[in-house]
Amino acid sequence: MSEAVLDSGATEAQGTQGLVDDWSRDKQVFGVPWGKAMMWIFLLSDTFIFSCFLVGYMMVRISTTDPWPVPSEVFALTLFGTSIPLVLIAIMTFILITSSGTMALAVNMGYRKDRKKTFWLMVATAALGASFVGMQAFEWTKLISEGVRPWGNPFGAAQFGSSFFMITGFHGLHVSAGVIYLLVIAFRVKNGFYEKHGGNYEIVEITGLYWHFVDLVWVFIFAFFYLW
Amino acid sequence: MAEEGQQHPLKVYYMIWILLFVVSFFSYMVDYLQFEGMVRWTLILVFMFVKAGFIIAIFMHMKWERLAFKIAILGPPVAILVLIGLMSLEGDYVEGSRLANYGESTIEVETPGHH
Repeated sequence: MSEAVLDSGATEAQGTQGLVDDWSRDKQVFGVPWGKAMMWIFLLSDTFIFSCFLVGYMMVRISTTDPWPVPSEVFALTLFGTSIPLVLIAIMTFILITSSGTMALAVNMGYRKDRKKTFWLMVATAALGASFVGMQAFEWTKLISEGVRPWGNPFGAAQFGSSFFMITGFHGLHVSAGVIYLLVIAFRVKNGFYEKHGGNYEIVEITGLYWHFVDLVWVFIFAFFYLW
Repeated sequence: MAEEGQQHPLKVYYMIWILLFVVSFFSYMVDYLQFEGMVRWTLILVFMFVKAGFIIAIFMHMKWERLAFKIAILGPPVAILVLIGLMSLEGDYVEGSRLANYGESTIEVETPGHH
């Protein structure tokens, strides 16, 4: 593909005319690098997977006649002698948002070709992600010790356990994969791998897309599973 | 734009970062202050969509992509709304037939954190 095909947006029409042009001209439709388009399409397919889990959870929660366990109480922690509702989940939410911020900065530093800052911001993002997974492991351990199982629990409808382990487990798997992905790319940025390949740091933005998506999914899980 | 990638002033990211913290705090407050019923559900959804919107638009740079790309990525998830609609109808029906055939639930429930 030549430069002319991936031309800059400056001379192109915007809005609806731009939409018509992009599809009808004899050129590549999406003016983005292929890696970015493919990551977005992967994330789109992942959106459908997570949606199916959440819709399945909605369906079992609506259809059961047993009382649904109160998440606010199930996920409460006793700190300094008082029971605080949902506190660990709130901390996990803030950790994930913090990591999203460091990732956004890493993408920006990547485009400025500031390799050192990009590396450290990505490592910070990975560290925050790892601590998120750690807290999730703690949460699972706590619930399992209290008798929550995929087939039943002492607090109410049996479907609670299967929904919980399926949804948070699949999300945790995504976070874990993201931590590995981030570290691989971070070390490649550090050791100059991309300098040998044209000095293009688009890969940091693509990694960022995946990481922000993980945060995005958590926004929906937090709303529908923990708060509803 | 395609040559240089997505470059924006850092200020935008800091502002959205702070905003996400504030909105997350509000969502947590919905639970902490024990809002119930319609008010609770509305607040949860509003804060959720605000957070999701800003993450997609700013952090994932969708705001600055071309319309053809936006539609290709953000269009298909609309189909999920149909699934949500169908499954909530189905869920109500299943609950109704369970109540009609088996009656009200009789399970014994423990309160979490008291053992």
